[in-house]
Amino acid sequence: MSILIDKNSKIITQGITGATGLFHAQGCRDYCDTQMVGGVTPGKGGTAIDGFPIFDTVEDAVKATGANVSVIYVPPIGSADAIMEAVDAELDLVICITEGVPVLDMVKVKHFMQGKKTRLIGPNCPGVITPGQCKIGIMPGYIHKPGPVGVVSRSGTLTYEAVWQLSSRDIGQTTCVGIGGDPVNGTSHLDTLQMFEADPETKAVIMIGEIGGDAEEKAAEFVRDHMTKPVAAFIAGATAPAGKRMGHAGAIISGGKGDAASKKAFLRECGISVADSPAEMAQALLKIWQP
Amino acid sequence: MNIHEYQAKAILRNFGVPVPEGHVVYNSNSARDWARRLGDGPWAVKAQIHAGGRGKGGGVKIAKTADEVKKFTREMMGMCLVTHQTGPEGKIVKRILIESGCNIADEFYVSFLVDRATSKVTLMASAEGGMDIEEVAAKTPEKLFFEPIDPLTGLTAFQARKVAFKLGFALPQVKQAVLVLKGLYNAFVESDCSLLEINPLVLTKEGNLICLDAKLNFDDNALFRHLRIRDLRDYDEEDHMEIEASQYDLSYIALDGNIGCMVNGAGLAMATMDIIQHYGGSPANFLDVGGGATIERVTEAFKIILSDKKVEGILVNIFGGIMKCDVIATGVVEAAKQVGVKVPLVVRLEGTNVALGKKILAESGVDIVSADGMADAAEKIVKAVKG
Repeated sequence: MSILIDKNSKIITQGITGATGLFHAQGCRDYCDTQMVGGVTPGKGGTAIDGFPIFDTVEDAVKATGANVSVIYVPPIGSADAIMEAVDAELDLVICITEGVPVLDMVKVKHFMQGKKTRLIGPNCPGVITPGQCKIGIMPGYIHKPGPVGVVSRSGTLTYEAVWQLSSRDIGQTTCVGIGGDPVNGTSHLDTLQMFEADPETKAVIMIGEIGGDAEEKAAEFVRDHMTKPVAAFIAGATAPAGKRMGHAGAIISGGKGDAASKKAFLRECGISVADSPAEMAQALLKIWQP
Repeated sequence: MNIHEYQAKAILRNFGVPVPEGHVVYNSNSARDWARRLGDGPWAVKAQIHAGGRGKGGGVKIAKTADEVKKFTREMMGMCLVTHQTGPEGKIVKRILIESGCNIADEFYVSFLVDRATSKVTLMASAEGGMDIEEVAAKTPEKLFFEPIDPLTGLTAFQARKVAFKLGFALPQVKQAVLVLKGLYNAFVESDCSLLEINPLVLTKEGNLICLDAKLNFDDNALFRHLRIRDLRDYDEEDHMEIEASQYDLSYIALDGNIGCMVNGAGLAMATMDIIQHYGGSPANFLDVGGGATIERVTEAFKIILSDKKVEGILVNIFGGIMKCDVIATGVVEAAKQVGVKVPLVVRLEGTNVALGKKILAESGVDIVSADGMADAAEKIVKAVKG
């Protein structure tokens, strides 16, 4: 088992005729034969690109391919619309990779999604991978290994760093989820921890957070009150100055709330093994858990 | 993106929100003329910089005569204004707002922002106007009121009334407050703000509500649909290095330390700064070269890092995923040769084709220290800089 995606997932790519969309659709297809079953580009329905059939609408694509997951590379101006189209087509999961989606567009999307069955990951995220089975997104597949650790993070390359630390110690991963760095996104650290807790194959979790907001604190409360599996964490941004935005829209700190020191202290109170250095994420987990 | 107070007030005026009559000036003679045209005194003379706390730093003065407006403007223009938000270096005053004064009976605080927890635009209000709102939130959180707003209906009249009654307004002011708050909400959503803050919202002795100060920040990701707002960007208010970097799609923020950093990915870049500090060093900057670290971008990144005279060493930390390490290594070597890096340079590469990448670094003839892992890299650069 795993969470969110596995070898049975059938994926369509929204924005497949763009250079980025096509490049990553090919990369995902090449990873363990992930079922990339087609793409959507309005106006190009009925054609194909590199063996991927193209449809005008998500609805058409779902009817023809039986897809249950969509991945979005549509530029920011159309990302919110693309997400809503996928939600309307009743897909199980939508992963929006696009960086730079306006926040107020996401406020509308979240409202639109209420009461609907679809889960959204992102936007502004690297995607999701279940090693050995299915890769959806822009992460380098080869650094991952199948195994017992779940990984959840707001950031891309820092997730790769954690995965690398695990894989080079011969510890594999069930599923690695990049939830994205934006202030309004589809799936939180808390949502992901709940899924890892319910997944019998996941035995331990690494959670990577950033300064700003209180999403990590809410996840930590769940760890304290409900989680039976060991969790290690790292919080990036201890050296970030107040009021400055560090690339991710999410990582903004002001007025002392959401700073790295208070986040780390609270996570420790909740029984999480917190790494002080980003080079020690795997070690922090191994302090409280043996594979 | 930030804008000046006078620009924010102009936007609010378009949404029917009451703000004082005023005009921005660039010299003291026109200050006196504009004061006279605005009517009888007193007038407020307000320095326009992108930072709060101007009053305490001498950037806001009340003038009783038009000659006094001229005098204050002359004193303020070109001065270096230091507030708790500018940092010790302060900011040079180049624009001044001349405004009609008003008779203040009471002051309130109102802001709109996107609450991550609810994914909704939220109205935040307090009767503790004119104060630092972070202080109010920390010391007396019960004095702050929140109203999450449904994106379908927008701010409703009943929500605005609820807040107005909580602020202690009498009925005539409650009616005014509904119009003011709805106007502010409309300005927020139609301009794609990330923050709209009125501190203080003033109740005048005549019984009118008016926004005495206004701060608007915009969502950079939405500027593509707000060309008029984008034109208000004041480059003088921004770090010239950050502007330079943004032209090459590099995300750069200057810090106080002496170890320059070049990293791919914002999270890893922050973590790299953290690990430098963890080993006793101090980062000189945040720099995210992004996914496609071409030779040109790496070269520009080196130039930007080295133009900071505090930099005594550079740490390059790249996790090559889609990007291959040999390509990055070639870029680093080429750039280091072109720019002529004379400070210690530690490079940590990991990921696709890492062995080939390290070979290229080793055989380049450029003085590069190769590192295994982030911890090793941070230790090496901290040691090299400390000598």
